[in-house]
Amino acid sequence: MRTKLILALGAVAGPLLLRNLYVIMFGVPDEMEQGPIYRIFYYHLPAFLTAAACYFGALVASVLYLAKKDQKYDAFAVSATETGLAFAAVNLITGMIWGRIIWGIWWAWDPRLTWALICWLVYFGYLMLRTAIDDPTERAKNSAVLSVFASASVAVTWKAIEWWRTQHPGPVLSIRTGGVQKIDPMMENMIYMNTLALLLLAAIFVLVRLRQEEVQREIDGLRRYAHAMN
Amino acid sequence: MTTLRHAAAIARKDLRSEFRTKESINSTLSFSVVILLLFSFAFDPSPDMIVEFGGGLLWMVFAFAGALIVNRSFARELPNDCIDVLVSSPASGASLFLGKAVAAFVLLFGIECICLPVFGIFYNITWWRSLGGLMGVLALGTWALACAGTFFSALTMNLRLRELMLPMLLYPMLIPALLSAMMLTNTLLTGQPIPSDFTVWLRILIGFNIMFTTLSLYLAETILVR
Amino acid sequence: MSAPAVAAAGVWKYFGDYPALCDVRFDLDAGECLALLGRNGAGKTTLLRILGGLSGASKGEVRIDGGEVRASGTRARIGWLGHSIGLYDELTARENLRTFGALYGVPPATVTDWLERVSLAHVADSPVREYSRGMRQRLAVARAFLHGPRLLLLDEPFTSLDDKAIALLQSLLAAARTEGATIILSTHQLREAMELASKVALLDRGKLVHFGERTSEMVGDPGYLYRTYGSAA
Repeated sequence: MRTKLILALGAVAGPLLLRNLYVIMFGVPDEMEQGPIYRIFYYHLPAFLTAAACYFGALVASVLYLAKKDQKYDAFAVSATETGLAFAAVNLITGMIWGRIIWGIWWAWDPRLTWALICWLVYFGYLMLRTAIDDPTERAKNSAVLSVFASASVAVTWKAIEWWRTQHPGPVLSIRTGGVQKIDPMMENMIYMNTLALLLLAAIFVLVRLRQEEVQREIDGLRRYAHAMN
Repeated sequence: MTTLRHAAAIARKDLRSEFRTKESINSTLSFSVVILLLFSFAFDPSPDMIVEFGGGLLWMVFAFAGALIVNRSFARELPNDCIDVLVSSPASGASLFLGKAVAAFVLLFGIECICLPVFGIFYNITWWRSLGGLMGVLALGTWALACAGTFFSALTMNLRLRELMLPMLLYPMLIPALLSAMMLTNTLLTGQPIPSDFTVWLRILIGFNIMFTTLSLYLAETILVR
Repeated sequence: MSAPAVAAAGVWKYFGDYPALCDVRFDLDAGECLALLGRNGAGKTTLLRILGGLSGASKGEVRIDGGEVRASGTRARIGWLGHSIGLYDELTARENLRTFGALYGVPPATVTDWLERVSLAHVADSPVREYSRGMRQRLAVARAFLHGPRLLLLDEPFTSLDDKAIALLQSLLAAARTEGATIILSTHQLREAMELASKVALLDRGKLVHFGERTSEMVGDPGYLYRTYGSAA
């Protein structure tokens, strides 16, 4: 059942990614001031949105784990966090490449860039905590609690960093600017299309990772049985 | 009310233990002074420079000191399995957490109050010009460190590599609180009144404290009952 | 009819997918003394920790005198004595007992009484670190009995104690039972346990394979129980 779902998602995501790549390279026009490099933005922003969706999914799963104490929510939380970290890394790296071309530096202490990095560190800590706990139930509980704290901290950090300094390009999507069209509708459309493609990709990653988690848990359980037999 | 009474008993016990052994007080204090010293070697700052980044320097030192203090917080309960006796007692998880956080706060605040004059002497700076405000910011920032630190100390209590894991989890999450405290301290060190747009830092710091204290009190029981 | 002193209703405990306790259910009336037997890893400590509220059951429920374990009022009735002494080495005997006394609402006068009962009054103001092993154990026993618990949970109490402490513990346990307190102890020391116990429970790989009266066969022949009920003795 899940294998079929993964294959079905792959069948949609694969062609969509290829089609998007083609349109990004040959379909959309160059941007007026930035030239061709702006195309990286079609991956930069969708990767961020995907990562944010993953982080949010992990928070929901963690809260559900604390409420229901069911291991499946823990498996989802870790899968979503790992996938989120991967897309956040894409977001950070594309942002750095863009910054190198446009600002002339790899790393500016730009608020959103800084925030994304802090997020990355916070959620990486979550993964580190997991590796240090052996008992699966204890691990699930402690990391769910940490995930709740991580989300709270990341939300406050967003506000703090915004006040700290700002030089990032402002919002461009019409849903964020109150309907004012700041970019060509074709470009905006492309961003949504690629967000969809990356979200599908993320769903596949999460499902594959989820299966790994379940198998791992089964192995752990069997190993404990084996120890108990002796 | 019972929660507070239990918390007070735990805090008294922790402080008494600490003052008897002086394990973390001595190490933390000497560590803080060494960092203050090293920093002046590394940058040889002029008085103007120090006014600009004094807040940052101080909070770096306090953050390191805080990690050392809270590392001992729940670890202190591990020998002889005292934690089991505490959890099985009528004291709730929230009151155990609160007592330990208060003890960590008192220790850290004391160490900070010793560090401030040392800082003033090393860097030739009159830091007491807005003493009331400075103490207020110090208290707020220290509570953020003590509260989050103590909670994470409970979270990492049974881990391998506890001493490494704690700061790694703690520092990234403390960034909003530390950043606000640094900004406010910088301004207060100059002796100027706080500019009106700086109240946002105060709001962030207070907001962070409220949020983390609430979450910690709410989730302490979940963490401590295994 | 009043609620049983301890009621375990279908208690499960999972470590991941591995069930450390499977559907443990029993009722124990006030004044009984239950010896919890089983090999290492059978789940004795896990069960005791759940009964004492140190650990939560994955499924099922434990009630002490009809109350939730984690309710503060319930925990005030429980006395816990684990493998370790549960005392602070850097504090004195008096400070230790006063700290725990404060959590249970025990007045300082009671602390002094207990220090005399376990014959530690003369060293009450020296740090526990300086105590001999036997003195530390006697203090641990005093700590567990300090608040007059109605339910005593003892995890392998006889393994780590010396003769004097065992004698003290046995007399205190006997006195507590005449006052109607309930006792659950896990142990390998079958002989000592059988003398005290009125009920016997045997855990095997997380399952409660036997729960019943202590019979005279058990006292004379400790291996009897394992041979009769254990799956692989």
